[in-house]
Order: sequence, then structure tokens, then C-alpha cells
Amino acid sequence: MVRLISLLVGAGFVFVLALALFFTAKDAIQNPAPHTAEHAFHEHPENIHLSSAGLFGKFDRAQVQRGFQVYKEVCAACHSLKYVSFRDLQKIGYNEAEVKAIANQWVIEQPSVNPETGEAATRKNLPSDHFPSPFANEVAARAANNNALPPDLSLMTKAREDGSNYVHALLMGYRDQPAELLREFPDAKTPEGLHYNPYFANLNIAMPPPITSDGQVTYSDGTKATKDQMARDVAAFLTWTAEPNLEARHAAGIAVVIFLLIFVYLTWGAYQNVWRNIKH
Amino acid sequence: MSFPWAKHYEPKQPLMRWMDEKLPLPRLVYNAIGAGYPVPRNLNYFWNFGVLAGAALVLQIVTGVVLAMHYAANAGVAFGSVESIMRDVNAGWFLRYAHANGASMFLAVVYIHIGRGLYYGSYKAPREMVWLLGVVIFLLMMATAFMGYVLPWGQMSFWGAQVITGFFSAIPLVGETIRVWLLGGFAPDNAALNRFFSLHYLLPFVIAGVIILHIWALHIPGSNNPTGVDVKGEQDTVPFHPYYTAKDGVGVGVFFLIFALFVFFSPNLLGHPDNYIEANPLSTPAHIVPEWYFLPFYAILKSFTADFILPAKLWGVLAMFGSILLLFFLPWLDSSPVRSANYRPTYRWFLLVLLLDVLVLGYVGGAEATARNVMMGQIAAGYYFAHFLIILPLVSAAERPRPLPNSITEAVLAKHGGTSPAQTAMAS
Repeated sequence: MVRLISLLVGAGFVFVLALALFFTAKDAIQNPAPHTAEHAFHEHPENIHLSSAGLFGKFDRAQVQRGFQVYKEVCAACHSLKYVSFRDLQKIGYNEAEVKAIANQWVIEQPSVNPETGEAATRKNLPSDHFPSPFANEVAARAANNNALPPDLSLMTKAREDGSNYVHALLMGYRDQPAELLREFPDAKTPEGLHYNPYFANLNIAMPPPITSDGQVTYSDGTKATKDQMARDVAAFLTWTAEPNLEARHAAGIAVVIFLLIFVYLTWGAYQNVWRNIKH
Repeated sequence: MSFPWAKHYEPKQPLMRWMDEKLPLPRLVYNAIGAGYPVPRNLNYFWNFGVLAGAALVLQIVTGVVLAMHYAANAGVAFGSVESIMRDVNAGWFLRYAHANGASMFLAVVYIHIGRGLYYGSYKAPREMVWLLGVVIFLLMMATAFMGYVLPWGQMSFWGAQVITGFFSAIPLVGETIRVWLLGGFAPDNAALNRFFSLHYLLPFVIAGVIILHIWALHIPGSNNPTGVDVKGEQDTVPFHPYYTAKDGVGVGVFFLIFALFVFFSPNLLGHPDNYIEANPLSTPAHIVPEWYFLPFYAILKSFTADFILPAKLWGVLAMFGSILLLFFLPWLDSSPVRSANYRPTYRWFLLVLLLDVLVLGYVGGAEATARNVMMGQIAAGYYFAHFLIILPLVSAAERPRPLPNSITEAVLAKHGGTSPAQTAMAS
């Protein structure tokens, strides 16, 4: 009885699947999926081998500081960094006084309340504040950016596949739409207001190229600020903002793995000892 | 369970004797996992995975309870509270990564545990209840994992919740009403998030309770073993402590070693980058995929693309739940008197195909829905149902198994060379 029901139910599912298979095949043959521009021309980022990458990665503090400088001078005008506090910058090598100064001199001020009138006001940033958003709200952000919303950058390298390399590739990836794309896909011309970038998911990004020329930023440590250097440095900085505890995690990991290797060795020995006289 | 030769708990110290009189917990532990529980001597490492699943549950509960001290289950602040845990809470990053990767470890271990059950016939009489309770635990785990993934309120959290709760609307007539009732709204929002948090905190303790029943049900007949042959005498068993406590120690060490490699060196490998983007009901991700452990079921769901009496969506939902519910019937679908697939050469091949099939389903579940992938999934889903509902009942009735060893000890000694009854009798 059980067997009969089981055979019937099984036959039912298999039949419906066979039906689905037939129709999927028929549909695929009659209406083949269009070959899209995204599929053909999307590129994957190349590995820039940041020092933080890999199992034992560490931050290059000088590079992360340069990246912060790029963020401050190029990106902060549009992109917020809301999960990072000014005082977190001490972890990348700035001392307390420097952090206080950076916070105090930050162009965008912290939203506040006028203590006398109660009206909305702004105040200077303190180290304990999070980086303030350049826009009051999403509507203001879109209004200033052709209806596009500049995303927060705190987690960007974790929010995209291969994020650290992606940020660098994207910043360096702006170019003219290749002629062969327009030949193959005449309808895929980059719309007005967007910019062609093969590293972006649908090839056309709203952000205009933020890094346009060498020397756009003058690094305080004297490093030559080529476009590639700035892209690498800001990628390193954003890797830090997304994962500030990376170094502690790797260090703890090494200690834990060594401990566990010894633990496994000892328990293996105990196991062999306990079972020594029994055939098993 | 005791076999007649099981050691008895005999407390010598006054305090322990007092305890034994008033609340015999030490006796319970002794009989369950101590020297008072005889276990077959020939268990292989596949028998470690039950204990590993228990260890994973404890890990999840401990990390989860501490995380819950810092997490805020309100749609406006949930994502930010998780980031605050990652950045501001001492060792918060460890708690979060341990809990997220712990879920993957828990499910991996449980899948291997289920695989052991399938291969060695652990679901067969007299252990049917152990198996049924196990399937209940698996369903509870899947519910818990799904709700847990919604809590960070990232893009995948929200859209995964949208997809899964959407299943209820496939139920004819009352589906949409049920869906809105369960969600507390028309779409996943604050109401859904809060109740998911409440249930996610509750269900692990329900799981713990069912695990107690699961182990209790197992200890009535005692453990199965790789030959599938019943225990015949004292020489077939060893006391759980110290033999299997020692072996489980090794297993636990290796488990935590693999776990540590994920948590400390590659904590986001099994996750999806989209879940680091805050949930946005107005922006659908390009590919909505669940975590890896749900991919085979997701593939089965997506395979049903044709209407036939019922709409395709309903078929998909029925099949997805059916693929797990059919496990409840396994002890009665499989009519072979032989437990272990070591002695069922025909069935063994089909099990291997099933394993490959589930891996193919997993791949299809996460891959882009091209015609090629969908068709591959449809064939793989077809095999899955055919295996349990058609092949298994027929093969188990018709196959010719290999001859079984007379006893566990005979099998052990045969492995070491020497099967004479005299040697079996003298075996220590």
C-alpha cells in the first residue's frame, strides 16, 4: 500500500517535471535567450594584491592613510561613511590630536539643534561622531546627482564580489564604449547622463569618473599620486572601513589554529591510547 | 537501553550517593554517555557527526544569546546594530562571524549525519522513531536558519524573506490571507522582523528538546553500526566512555579547526555580498539566492515551470516541502531487511547517484536561470523524487544483498585477518 502510493506520487512529480523539461526545451529553442551586452562585455576586476588580502593580510597603514586622503578630497563630497567614527582613524595611525583636528575641520558638519531657538542647526564634528552624510536625506542626495543615490562606502568592499579589487577596477575602468559593442548591440548605447564602465554590473554607471588626472590629490607623505595609485589607496582605505578588525582577526586565528592543532594531536594520542588493546 | 552486560553506576563517595538518591542526574549521564552505555566497537568516523551536531547547537546558542544582547530587531536599526556588533562590541566581530559560519557548520555536519543514516540504514527498524525525530529536527533547523538569515536585514535577508513567505500565497483560496497573517503585513517589514527574532530565539531550545527525545529513542535499541548487524554479545560492544568520548574528542577538535579556518580567515566565503547592503524594498537584487545549505531545495522549487492541473508555482512549493517530507516515510519505502549499504551493492550505486544528484541540484540552485541550467535542474529534481519514491521501493524489494557477517566481532576480526570461532570467542 505504501509502495503503491509512493510509486504514484513519485510518478506524479516525475511526470510534471518531464512536462516542465519539455516546455523549457521547446521555449529555449523557439525563443532563444538574447545574448546581452552585459554578458559579453562585463569584465572582472584584476587582482591588485592589497597587503590586507590573503590569509595573513595586514593593513599598510601609510597606504590606508593615503586612501583616507583620497576619500576626504574626492569622495566625501557625495559618499557618506556612516559606520566609521572619526576616532576610528586612530587605528590607522593618526594620533589623538590629529583625529581631533580632522574632525573639527571636516567640511560637512554634524546635524544638531540650536540650543536657544531649537531650530535645526549644525555643529563641528567631535572624534566620537560618525562621519556625517554630505546630504540631508535621500531626496536631497538624488536631487544633487541626477536622480542617482551615491551609496554609503563603509561596507563597499564587502558589498560587492571581490570588493577590494572591484573598487580599484571600477575607478580605473572608465573608457569610451567600444565600437564592437555598438556594432553587436546597436540598442545598447550608453544613455545620456550615464558613463560606460565595463566593471559595473550593467556597464553604465551614474557616477562620473571621480579620479580624472594624476596629481588630483597631493599626498602628505609625498607619494606620487598617479590615478592608479589613488585608486589602489582608496581601495585599501575602503577595505579597512569595511573590516577594521581584520588584523586582530588574523592574529587570533593563527593562535586559535595552533592551539587546535595541538589539541587534535593530543586527543588523537588519547584516542589511540584508549583503543590500543581493542581490535576495531 | 541497557544490554545485560552494561556497567552499573555505583557511586562510592557520600555526596554522590546523596545526589543519586535525591536527583539521579549523574546516573542518567553515566547511562546515556558514560561507561554505562555499551556501543558497537566498530563505529567509523561517520558516527562522530551526531555529537558534532550537538556541539554546533551549543555553539550557536552561546554565540546567539550573547549576540541578542546587542542586536536590535527593528527594521530601522537592525542592520546598524549588526554593524555596531562588528565594530564596537568587544569581540563582536568574532561572535557574529562565529554565529554565521556556525550555522553553515551545523548544517554541513547534519547533512553528513543524514547521509550516514541513509547509507547504513539507521532509519530502519527498530530505529524508525530516531529517524522521524531527526527529520523533525532538520525541519526546525531549516526554519531557524531561514529566520536567522533575515535578522541582519540586508538585501538578501529581505528579499529571501519575500520569496520564502511568498510560497504561502501559492496555497489555493486561503494562501494570501495566511501569508499576510504570518508576516503581520503585506510584505516583510518590522512586524515580520520582530516575530522572526522571537521565533529564532525560541526554536533552538525546541530543537534541544527534540534532540533529547532523539537520543532517548536511540538509546532504547542502542546504536547502529557499519555492518548493520545487531549486537549479539558483550564482545561486540565497548562502553561509550572512554572509547567514544576519546574518539569524539578528536572529531570535535577537527570540527573546531575547520570552523576556525572559516571564522578567522575567510568569514564571508559562504555568504553573499548583497547582504552587506541595507534592505531596500524598492530595489530587487539581480540574483536572489539563499545560503548554500538551501540551494538544492531552491533548485527543486525553481524546476517546476509548467502548469498541470495545479499552477507551476504550487507544484514547486509542494515539491520543495515534499522533498523533505518524503524522508518521513523512508523506513517504510525501503523494504530491504539488510541495513547497511556495504552489503547492498545495487542500492549503493543508486545512493552514489543520489549524492551527485544533490550536488547538481545545489549548483543549479545558485546558478543563473539559463535554459541549460533549468533543464539540468529539472532532470536532477526528477531523479531525486524517482530515487526515493520509485527506485528505492523497487530495488529494495528486488535486489540480492551480499551475505552479512554473523556478528560485529566476526566482521572486525575478518578485517584484521582471522575469522575462526575460537578467535571470535577470545576477542577482547
